[in-house]
Amino acid sequence: MLAEGSSFMKGMLLGGLFCLVLSLLGSFSPSFESNTTEDHHHHHHVKAASKDELKRLTDTQMDELSQQVRVYCVIMVQPKVLVYWATAKDTWSKHCDQAVFYTSESSKALDAVNLSEKDDWTRLRKALKHAYDNAGELRWFFLARPTTFAIIENLKYLILTKDPSEPFYIGHAMKSGELDYVEYESGIVLSYEALKRLVHVFQDEDKCPERGRALWKLSEEKQLAICLKFTGVFAENGEDSQGKGLFNSKSVESLISDSLSNNPTNVVEGCCSDMAVTFSGMSPNQMQVMMFGVYRLRPYGHDFHDSLIFHPPEGSDND
Amino acid sequence: MKHITSQLLFITGVLLGFLSLHSLMFSWRNVTDREVNRQVPQHIHTVIPGEHREAAANLSQSTRILCWILTGPKYLQSRTKHIKETWARRCDKVLYMSSVKTDFPTVGLDVDEGRENLYWKTIRAFQYIHQNHLDEAEWFLKADDDTFVVVENLRHVLSKYDPEKPLYLGRRFRPFVQQGYMSGGAGYVLSKEAVKRFVRGFKSGECTHFSDIEDMALGKCMETMKVDPADSRDLKGRQTFHPFPPDYYVVRQPPRPRPWFLIYEYYTPTEGPECCSDFIVSFHYIYAVQQYTLEYFTYHLRPYGYKYRYNPDSQTKNNAPS
Repeated sequence: MLAEGSSFMKGMLLGGLFCLVLSLLGSFSPSFESNTTEDHHHHHHVKAASKDELKRLTDTQMDELSQQVRVYCVIMVQPKVLVYWATAKDTWSKHCDQAVFYTSESSKALDAVNLSEKDDWTRLRKALKHAYDNAGELRWFFLARPTTFAIIENLKYLILTKDPSEPFYIGHAMKSGELDYVEYESGIVLSYEALKRLVHVFQDEDKCPERGRALWKLSEEKQLAICLKFTGVFAENGEDSQGKGLFNSKSVESLISDSLSNNPTNVVEGCCSDMAVTFSGMSPNQMQVMMFGVYRLRPYGHDFHDSLIFHPPEGSDND
Repeated sequence: MKHITSQLLFITGVLLGFLSLHSLMFSWRNVTDREVNRQVPQHIHTVIPGEHREAAANLSQSTRILCWILTGPKYLQSRTKHIKETWARRCDKVLYMSSVKTDFPTVGLDVDEGRENLYWKTIRAFQYIHQNHLDEAEWFLKADDDTFVVVENLRHVLSKYDPEKPLYLGRRFRPFVQQGYMSGGAGYVLSKEAVKRFVRGFKSGECTHFSDIEDMALGKCMETMKVDPADSRDLKGRQTFHPFPPDYYVVRQPPRPRPWFLIYEYYTPTEGPECCSDFIVSFHYIYAVQQYTLEYFTYHLRPYGYKYRYNPDSQTKNNAPS
């Protein structure tokens, strides 16, 4: 009896050992994710934290995150888009912790940091360097033109649990040949570390020339991606927990219209995320309406129990 | 015999040991995967009773709203369908009034189509409701097939009024009717008592089809039947019903004389951000794409964690009426 028992036990031990060895080799067990799938992903993805993850944080941790998640907005303007400039100043940019407008030339109507530079790429470099030098305690940077409308609270939600001392370069990720880049029109998010690396590589004329790649004019968004790539920073697509993109280069109406054609039985669900960060392609008046739609219009009695509170900005009357 | 048995036991042991360790590792892995990749429903919408939530829940018992939409065969697919997909779902009861009965479903009112018949349609619609649906609601909303309505906000406006009283609410206009009348396009609401009086007025001849202009003529009948117009504005005096789309009102304007679309206003209008309540009840001239766009802005898109400035239930001095 004992002999049979010990055979059985020996068998079990051997079986267990065999299983462990195989799994360590990684080639058998389907429960372990293959590391190679990551490389085959079209883009890297950055998703917002889930409600449960946030619930597990303490009050102190939450306070720290509120501080850490403050945003410095870099808004690239020109006198020829004066109405958009004024609209951005009067609407969404008020929700940045620090909103700095960088212009190609001065305007009598509005104040901005005058970079006195006509070349788009050179001007962008100067603006980013200025932002890095003047960031103070801020660790996140949002780069946009005034034709974009951003909901900064939702940007903060996306980056809430991400560490800004890690390199992040987030937005609507696009692909051009071998290059992954973030689309400018839907806004570009950079962590402090990413900007730091960028500013350093600006000094390398081979990797990141100041006047841009000579033979043909590459767009700023692609130049940016190339320079960042040299520093080991790669574009990532910002999305919600369902994989819906948060950064849009079209207007809400335009996206709804597309959804009406593509999913007529589920128009709103098929359109856009509840936590969208950016939209673009609207007129200045539509941006004012958007301000109302985002920060005011809501149904009485619907309450959310968000983990963080963001207060309305001082001296503002349209939010 | 014993030798074979122990061999069999050995093999069984190997299999069992392998499988049990495998399933152990599998379940451990699954637990960690779940924690990292948790999928969360997009609209994180708790029903934890807070001030607002309880208030809203209590309301729906005695503030049932019947919505009727004035439409016609020409617009069922291009307009009314999208209302059916969006805000109409939130009414306690919805009826689509047309000249012809269909499987949409529409009620056939035995009135011809056409602008000149709008008041006839309205009269017949209220008579139909009075006959068949009076007990199904306390308040009766009339809307066009290009009106967008936020039903929760309508409920909120109505919550301070008694439906047994003869009352009617909407966007109040000044001319033609002494006590004012409510804009048709912005939608208007009659209390149960007001509906009874409207129907009685036509029965007795106190009210007649004296004009094609539906909203003004109905307003005149309301005055005749001693139905009072009530104020639909919020605690800060901001409008809730709107006869035009949001861009007419919300966009900043330099100080200027009243533009044409504000000429009829009963209450002195404000232009720019203070025009309108956060708790909008309606907009008008809203077509297919804009119905869904407003639905998205009202019920979906929101700024995470944002502490709204206007909180009518909290007793702060910020909310003193202007």
